[in-house]
Amino acid sequence: MLREALGGRRIAITGATGFLGTALVERALRCLPGTEVALIVRPGRRGAKDRVERDVLRNDCFSRLRRELGPAFDGTVSRRIIPVAGDVTQDGLGLDEEGREVLAGCTTVVHSAATVSFDSPLDAAVEVNLLGPSRVARALNDLHAGRTKPHLVAVSTAYVAGSRRGPAPEAPLAETPFSTRVPWRAEVEAARRARSDAEAASRSPERLAALRARARAELGAAGSPLLAEKTEKLRQEWTDDRMVELGKARAHALGWPDAYAYSKALGEWALLEVREDLPVTLVRPSIIEAALAEPHPGWIRGFRMADPVIISYAKGLLKEFPGIPEGVIDVIPVDLVVAAILAVAARGPLEAPDVVHAASGARNPLRYGELVGLVRDWFSEHPLADDKGQPIEVPEWSFPGRRRVQRQLRQATRLLEGAERALHALPLRGDRAEVAARVEERRDEAERALGYVELYGAYTETEAVFTVDRLLGLAAQLPSDEREEFCMDPAVVNWPQFCNEIYLPAVVSHARVRLAGARRTGTAGPTPSRRERALQAVLSPDRQLAVFDLENTLVATNVVDSYAWLATRRMELGERARFTARTLLEAPRMLALDMADRGDFLRWFYRRYEDADLERLRRDSWELASNLLLAKSFPAGVRRVRRHRELGHRTLLITGALDFVIEPFRPLFDDVVCARMRPSARGGELSGELEEAPPTGEARALIMAQYAAAHGLSLSECVAYADSTSDLPMLEAAGFPVAVNPETKLAAIARKRGWHVEHWPRAGGYRRALLPFGPEVSPKQGRDGLTDMGRRDLP
Amino acid sequence: MPRPGFVLEVDRSTPPVLMWHGEGYRLERLPAQRSRVVYAPEPMAPLADPDAAVQRALLSPLGDSSPLPDLLFPGMRLTIAFDDLSLPLPPMRRPDNRQRVIEAVLEMAAAAGVDDVVLIAALGLHRRMTDAELRHALGDRVFDAFAPNGCLLQHDAEDPEGLVEIGRTDHGEDVEVNRRVAESDLLVYVNINLVTMDGGHKSTSTGLMSYKSVRHHHNVRTLQHSRSLMDHTRSELHSSAWRIGRLLNQHVKVFQIETTLNNDAFPSNMAFLQKREWEWGVRDRAAYLASSQALSLLGPSARRNLFHSIKAPHQMTSVQAGEVEAVHAATLATLHRQQVVDVEGQSDVVIFGLPHVGPYNVNSIMNPLLVMCMGLGYWFNMYIGKPLVRPGGVVILSHPTPWAFHPVHHPSYIDFFEEVLATTTDPAEIEKTYEERFATDEWYRHLYRTSYAYHGVHPLYMWYWGAHALEYTGGTIVVGGDRRAVRRMGFKPASTLADALEMAEDQVGRDPSVTYFHCPPVMLANVH
Repeated sequence: MLREALGGRRIAITGATGFLGTALVERALRCLPGTEVALIVRPGRRGAKDRVERDVLRNDCFSRLRRELGPAFDGTVSRRIIPVAGDVTQDGLGLDEEGREVLAGCTTVVHSAATVSFDSPLDAAVEVNLLGPSRVARALNDLHAGRTKPHLVAVSTAYVAGSRRGPAPEAPLAETPFSTRVPWRAEVEAARRARSDAEAASRSPERLAALRARARAELGAAGSPLLAEKTEKLRQEWTDDRMVELGKARAHALGWPDAYAYSKALGEWALLEVREDLPVTLVRPSIIEAALAEPHPGWIRGFRMADPVIISYAKGLLKEFPGIPEGVIDVIPVDLVVAAILAVAARGPLEAPDVVHAASGARNPLRYGELVGLVRDWFSEHPLADDKGQPIEVPEWSFPGRRRVQRQLRQATRLLEGAERALHALPLRGDRAEVAARVEERRDEAERALGYVELYGAYTETEAVFTVDRLLGLAAQLPSDEREEFCMDPAVVNWPQFCNEIYLPAVVSHARVRLAGARRTGTAGPTPSRRERALQAVLSPDRQLAVFDLENTLVATNVVDSYAWLATRRMELGERARFTARTLLEAPRMLALDMADRGDFLRWFYRRYEDADLERLRRDSWELASNLLLAKSFPAGVRRVRRHRELGHRTLLITGALDFVIEPFRPLFDDVVCARMRPSARGGELSGELEEAPPTGEARALIMAQYAAAHGLSLSECVAYADSTSDLPMLEAAGFPVAVNPETKLAAIARKRGWHVEHWPRAGGYRRALLPFGPEVSPKQGRDGLTDMGRRDLP
Repeated sequence: MPRPGFVLEVDRSTPPVLMWHGEGYRLERLPAQRSRVVYAPEPMAPLADPDAAVQRALLSPLGDSSPLPDLLFPGMRLTIAFDDLSLPLPPMRRPDNRQRVIEAVLEMAAAAGVDDVVLIAALGLHRRMTDAELRHALGDRVFDAFAPNGCLLQHDAEDPEGLVEIGRTDHGEDVEVNRRVAESDLLVYVNINLVTMDGGHKSTSTGLMSYKSVRHHHNVRTLQHSRSLMDHTRSELHSSAWRIGRLLNQHVKVFQIETTLNNDAFPSNMAFLQKREWEWGVRDRAAYLASSQALSLLGPSARRNLFHSIKAPHQMTSVQAGEVEAVHAATLATLHRQQVVDVEGQSDVVIFGLPHVGPYNVNSIMNPLLVMCMGLGYWFNMYIGKPLVRPGGVVILSHPTPWAFHPVHHPSYIDFFEEVLATTTDPAEIEKTYEERFATDEWYRHLYRTSYAYHGVHPLYMWYWGAHALEYTGGTIVVGGDRRAVRRMGFKPASTLADALEMAEDQVGRDPSVTYFHCPPVMLANVH
C-alpha cells in the first residue's frame, strides 16, 4: 500500500544533509523503486549537485544500497535524485526557475531542515526553526496556486510539549491543554532586534576593551594584526553567546527546556497560521538515535545529543549527571521515524492538519535509571582506554538534583579558572608551562560537563508522556508485509539489546575513541608516537627553510642580559653595585613594556647604548658570545640548526638582538636578520636609535615570507622555531611551527593546535651565575684592556 | 727522605681505603686476602732554589746544544712556546714553572738585544686559554709586557694563514706547523712534565701543529699500539711524534726546556688525600670527616667550583734544557724516581677512583667522555711493561659521570655523545665514519678559533685514548655513575663497589684478584 501510494511520485525533501534527512533519502531510494526525490539543499560554492554528492550520497548510509545496486548505483541515483538549490532561511526558499519547476511537480514535501542544536543562538533558531516551515508553506502555496496543493509533512519535535507532566497528545498545540500561545511574529521581531542589540553592545568601548584585554591575555604580545583578529573573533563569539543566553532565557520563561523546543513550537503555530489551504501533517519525533535495523543496525550520522554525554561519562569525566531515575528518557531509532514519515506521506493529508508522534515513551518506555545502568554495565565490560592504554573506570551516578550538580561543576570550573589565571601570570617555561596547559584542558573538560548538564539536564527530567495512538493507527493501516518492512511501532525495540548491541558500539566507533585492550590496526611493530611523527615531518628532506628565533629558543638569555654583561664588563666594583640596583629597580617596568609590545621595548631599551664605543662593543661581543650566550645555549637547539643545514634546508635567524651581539653566531646560519643601530653623527659611537623597526611580532612573519619569496622557497615547507606568543604571527605563517620551551600562553596554543613542542635543556656543565655580569677585566688592563688579546680572527 | 711507592696486601685488619669519586671521595673496603692497594712514592724534595736551577740549565744545556745566550743575537726572531692549560694537574700555585722559566729566557733575550719575541701557547687542538688562565701561567710581568702589543699568541691549528707545511716524514706524515714557529730563528719550548707521556718531541708535534699533522699520531691504530702511552719507547703515538719532531728540528733550531714537579698535589689541610690510610692521624680523620660532611651539603655545581679552585702546592724537582731528546731522557729519569712503583704480576680486576679534574677539564666539568678518557686512557696506561689488569680482566671506575657537558668548552663532545655513541662505541668504526665530519665541521672550527672550544675532532681523540683498554680488557664497570650516561658508552653501571665486584665475577670468575690503583697522586706502575 505504502509502495503503491508513493510509487511514481516525486517527493521533495529539505534537510537532506541532516541525520533524519539522509536516512529518509536512502530509504526512499532503496525501498520505493518508482519514487523520485528532489533534494532542496543550500548549494554552497560548488552547487547543489556537488553538495548532494558529497554531503548526502557519500555517507555510509548508502553503502547498503551501493552494494545492492552495484554498478547501477550511479545511474539510479542520477535518475531518481534531483538536486535543487534552495535555502529555507530565505523567503521563496531562494529557488531559481528550474527549482521552482521541480518543486511544482512534487506531490509531497517533507520539511526536515532544522537547526537541531539545543544551544543555537536565538535568532538562528528563529530563522530556521520558527520561520522555516511557514516559508516552505508559502512557497508551495505560490507554486501551486490554483492547482492541487501538495502534502506538506513537517518534522517537528515531541518536546514542543514543553516541561509538562503527564500525557502529551498527538494534536496541534492549539488543541492541547496547557500549551503556551505566544504571538510568534512578535517573537521574530524581538529575536532580530536582540541580535542587533547584541551586536551594538559588543561594539561598546568598554566591551571592546575587555575583549581586547582577553585577546592579549591569551596571545600575549603577538602584535596588533593578530590581536585585532583575535579580538574580532572573541567579539563574534561574545555576541553569539549572548544570543544563546537570550534564547535559553526566553525558552525557559515560556516553559520550554531550550531554544530548540521553543522555536519548533512557535514554528508549528506559524505554519498552521499561514498555510491557508495547504494540507499539512506534523510528525513529532522525540530524541532520534541510531538505527535499529535500516539501513543497517547502529547507523548514525553526526555526534548526536546523547553521544557526547555518553562518551564523556565513559571517559570518567562526568562524575555525576542529574535526572529522575524512574523518569522516561524518550529515545526513538531513526529508521522508525523514517517509516512514520513515509507512512504519513503515503496516507496523504487529512481534512485538517494532524499530528503524529514518533516516540517510545508511551508504548515502550525506557527509564532513565535503566539506561544509565545499561550504559554503565556496557562500559564496565568494554571500558575506554586512557592515554596509557589502561581501562577507565566509569563512575557510579547517584542521580542528584540538577542544581547540586550544576553548583559543583560551577565551583570546579571557577577553581580551575583561578588556577589557570595564576599559572598564566607566572613566568613559566617548558615542562612547567605544560602544567598550565593541562590545567586549561581540565577546565575545558569541566566547562563541557557543565554545558551538558545545563543543556540536556531537562531531557533527563522530562515527565511528559508522548502518546502514539495515531502512529499505531498508521501502522495498522499497512498490510502486514509492509508493516514489518516499514516498522514504526516502538514496541519492537528491546532496549537492553538495542543499547548493548547496536547503540553503544555505534557511539563508540563513531566517536573514534579507543577501547581498552583493543589493538591498533594496520601496523606491525611499534608505531612511531605522535611526537616522533611530528619530528620526522619537521626534519623531512622536503622542508626548504628553517627559521629560528634566538632568545630562549636557542639561548637562555635576553637583550637585558647581554646589555648588562657588556655594560658591567669594565666597571669597578662600586659601579657594578649601583648598576645592579638601578637595573633591578627598573625591572618591573621593563617587564611590563616587553609584555605590551616587544618592538617598543627594544627601541626603548636600546637607547641605553647611546654613545657606546662601537669598536669596543664589537670586541667585547666575542667574549660575550662565549661567556654568556654560548654558555647558556641549548645544545640540542644548535644541533637542530645544523641538522637542517645538513638536510639542505636554508636556515635563517630572525632576532631582535643587535648585530654586533649576534656576530659570533652568523656562521651557524645561512642568513641572519637582526636589529641594527645607527652610528652617532660623530661616528665611532652608537646613537641609541635603530636603523629600522626591530624584527618582532608580525614583522617577523613578513620577513620570513619575503625571505622565502626571494629565495624561491615555499612557506608551507617552512619550519619555524620560537618560544613565545610574540612570535605567533611567524609560527602561524610557517607550514611547520615548533614551540621551543614555550612560555605558558604559547604552550596552551601549541597544545590546542597540535604543534610540535621541543624541550631543549641547557647543558648541565655550565656554572650558573646569579647576575649576567662580564668577568671583571683586571684594573691593570685599564679601560681599554686587551681582552681580545689572543683572538685570532678579529672581525 | 721520601718513602718509595708501596703495594699493600689487603687483609682483615686493613682499614677502608680512600677512593676518589669525581668532586668527592669515599672510604671503601676491599675484599681481604685477594686485594692489593698500590700507593705512590711520597713527594720528592723540591729544588732548593728553582730560579738558580733554571739559570744553570739554560747556561749548561744537555745534548748537542749551545747555552741559550749563545743562541741569541740581535735582530733574530725568537719564539717561546709553552705548555697550555692542560698542565699541570691540578693547576699549580704561583709562580708557575712556565713563569719562572720564561722570565729567565726573556732576561737573557733582552740582554742579547733580541726584540722580536713572541710567546705562543702550544694549544694543539685544545681550547684557547682565557686571559686569567694565561696570566696565572705566565705571571703578571710577562702577561702585561706581551699581551697588550699582541706578542702573546695562542696556537691556531685552523688558521690557513698561520700554518705552513714544512715537509713529510719518511713515513709519509705531513708536518704542518705554526708559521711563526717555522719562520723563527729559534724556538724555545717551555714545558711542564707531569707524566712521562708529555714532553720530548710530543710537545711540539702536538702543541704547535695542525690537525693534518696531529692525525698521524692521534688515531686508533697508534693508540692500540702504544704499550703504554707513558713509555715513549713502546708507543706508536710517540714514534710518530718523534719522527715529526725530528723533522721540525731540521727546519728550526729548537731549544727545549723541560721541568718536572713532585707529586705533592693537595694543600696541607687536605694532606690525608695522599697519605696511606692506616697512617692517618687525628687531624687527617677530622679533615676527612669534616670535608665529606661539608661536601655532602653542597650541590654538584658548588662542589665543582670548590674543587676547581684548588691550586696544588707541587714544586719543581728538576729543570733541564738543550737538545730535545737528551733533555727528555733526563726528565724521564727524574719522573721515574718520583712516580714508579714496582708491582708483582697482574690482577683480574683493577679499580681506579677518578678525581674531579683531568687535562681537558681545567675550570670546566669532567663530562662522560672525559671520564672514559681519564679511566681507560690515562689511568689504565699508567704502566711500564704490562697493564695492572690481565688481558680480558675488568676495569672498575668510580665517578658520578653526570650527563653534563660544558657548552662552551666541549660543544662537539655533546654532539658526539648524543649522536655518535648512540650508534656505535667501536673506535675503529667511529674513526672511519665520523672523524672527517667532526674534524672539518665549520661551526666547530669557528668555535675553536673564536670561542673557547676544543677542536671538533677532540671528543673522538678522547675515545681513541681508551682504544687500547677497550681492546685489551673484558669490560668496564662504573660505580655510582649516571646510568644512562654509563650505558651510552657501552659500560655497566653499578651502585656500589661491592656490586661492581660481584658483576666483575661474571667476566673473570669467582673471587678474582683485585688491584686498587691509589691515584692521584700520579704514579707509574712497573708491572713485572
